[in-house]
Amino acid sequence: MIIHSIFFYIFSIIAVFSAIMVTVSRNTVHSVFFLILDFITISCLFIMIGAEFIGMIMLIVYVGAVAVLFLFVVMMLNVSKQKNEWLGGEKNSNHIPIGLLISGVIFFELIIVVGGWKYKPELLKTFSSIGIDLSTTNTHEIGKVLYTDYIHLFQLSGMVLLVAMIGAIVLTFRQREGIKRQSYFKQISRERNEGVELADPKNNEGVKIDV
Amino acid sequence: MIENLNILITEIYKVFLLLIPILTAVAMIVWLDRRVWAFVQKRRGPNVVGPFGLFQSLADALKYIFKEIIIPASANKIIFILAPIVTMTLALISWAVIPFSEEIVLANINVGILYLFAVSSLGVYGIIMGGWASNSKYPFLGAIRSAAQMVSYEVSIGVIIINVLLCVGSLNLTDIVLAQENLWFIVPLFPMFVIFFISALAETNRPPFDLPEAEAELVAGYQTEYSGMMYAMFWLGEYANILLMCSMGSILFLGGWLSPIDLYPFTLVPAPLWLILKILLLFILFALVKAIVPRYRYDQLMKLGWKIFLPLSLTWVVLTASYLFYFNLLPVN
Repeated sequence: MIIHSIFFYIFSIIAVFSAIMVTVSRNTVHSVFFLILDFITISCLFIMIGAEFIGMIMLIVYVGAVAVLFLFVVMMLNVSKQKNEWLGGEKNSNHIPIGLLISGVIFFELIIVVGGWKYKPELLKTFSSIGIDLSTTNTHEIGKVLYTDYIHLFQLSGMVLLVAMIGAIVLTFRQREGIKRQSYFKQISRERNEGVELADPKNNEGVKIDV
Repeated sequence: MIENLNILITEIYKVFLLLIPILTAVAMIVWLDRRVWAFVQKRRGPNVVGPFGLFQSLADALKYIFKEIIIPASANKIIFILAPIVTMTLALISWAVIPFSEEIVLANINVGILYLFAVSSLGVYGIIMGGWASNSKYPFLGAIRSAAQMVSYEVSIGVIIINVLLCVGSLNLTDIVLAQENLWFIVPLFPMFVIFFISALAETNRPPFDLPEAEAELVAGYQTEYSGMMYAMFWLGEYANILLMCSMGSILFLGGWLSPIDLYPFTLVPAPLWLILKILLLFILFALVKAIVPRYRYDQLMKLGWKIFLPLSLTWVVLTASYLFYFNLLPVN
């Protein structure tokens, strides 16, 4: 048990430290790397409380895909050149009040959730009509709840994501005119007699190529 | 307290027992790769150092250790040094869940296959970090290429894994192997095995998908600025990842440690040896592909990943699920 709590404190300290460093660090790319470190330690904490499925999905989805895209965008847009200046900068950014408001709301929500667990421990069981069976793995349990009680919400969130994806494609898609396109089928099905032509060039005239 | 310490020491002992053979195997596999490659091209390959040139990798490693590590002046030092360490660590930690037989496994966790998938999806960070921190054009281009490539092929690998999981009903690697006792999954899921093999080539940046380090275009891609031991670590991590992909393929499709036929002479062979033989078979296929296939163009690579493999494997998921459902074969816990 003591080793368990030692690891818990190590992970929590790293998580809190990297969360602070995400906002404080001057270099945007460093911020993204700290964000990744934060995701990884949070998923370690999930695994420690026995929610291994959520921990692994967190690693795969957030660290393996979303953070790669963050990094991609930050590196491609060269945001790293602009320094993060809301802490040390001369002009105060006007995003601070909004950020404080949002973090305050999230903080109160967390307090409500934790308080709910603290004073009504049976809350967890009443949420689902099935109840939680401790003898099977939590992957099975999540599947059972997700595909029965919450199937409509699950499908709905899938639809929302699909619409968002199509929206992003529509917004960024532009049909460009006059570019060379390559067709694999054409390239593969080329024959010798249409690709090679024997010419008999006259002196000082040459041949006309590129029809 | 002393009890805890004892557990800790046994675990560390077990980790070393796993790690040292794997590092040796990685060194040997580099030699095998070069040998196979040479034989396809009618050359001899490394055959001077030691018997059959077996100690070639050892000699190379020694050379790398004694070379100077050069850090470019404009590089981001911390990330530049971290990148090979990340690659190497990620390549080695995934071996913790690989079952070598029903008992020999370091960590028999419930979500073994998800762990493997998660760690292999983290592998892209070593490359991005190395490419970005070098602060140089070619490494950066290589890193960007590899980020896009690895993220795309992960998607199809994930869908292929779902195919296997539908037939097993568990995320535990030992359960996945035990479910293949009667029939290896390569038989009913053969198209998925082919797609898995090709995606594994792309995921590990092996030829014909070695665009992140295409020497004809990008010098050596993300590794251009690295030298000495740091380069060697990238190199070791890459080969450890290839071995890992081979073992993942043999666990998912070739029945892991199970013997091909459950008959007398075959049952004498110890279980871990079967897994090693299957890994070697897949690795020789990897090496052959390197020798005989020309490099893909980048747009062809992306088209193959998103427009061909993803729809195919998704369709196969629907097919597998409907088949299992219709014939009432779905595994129920």
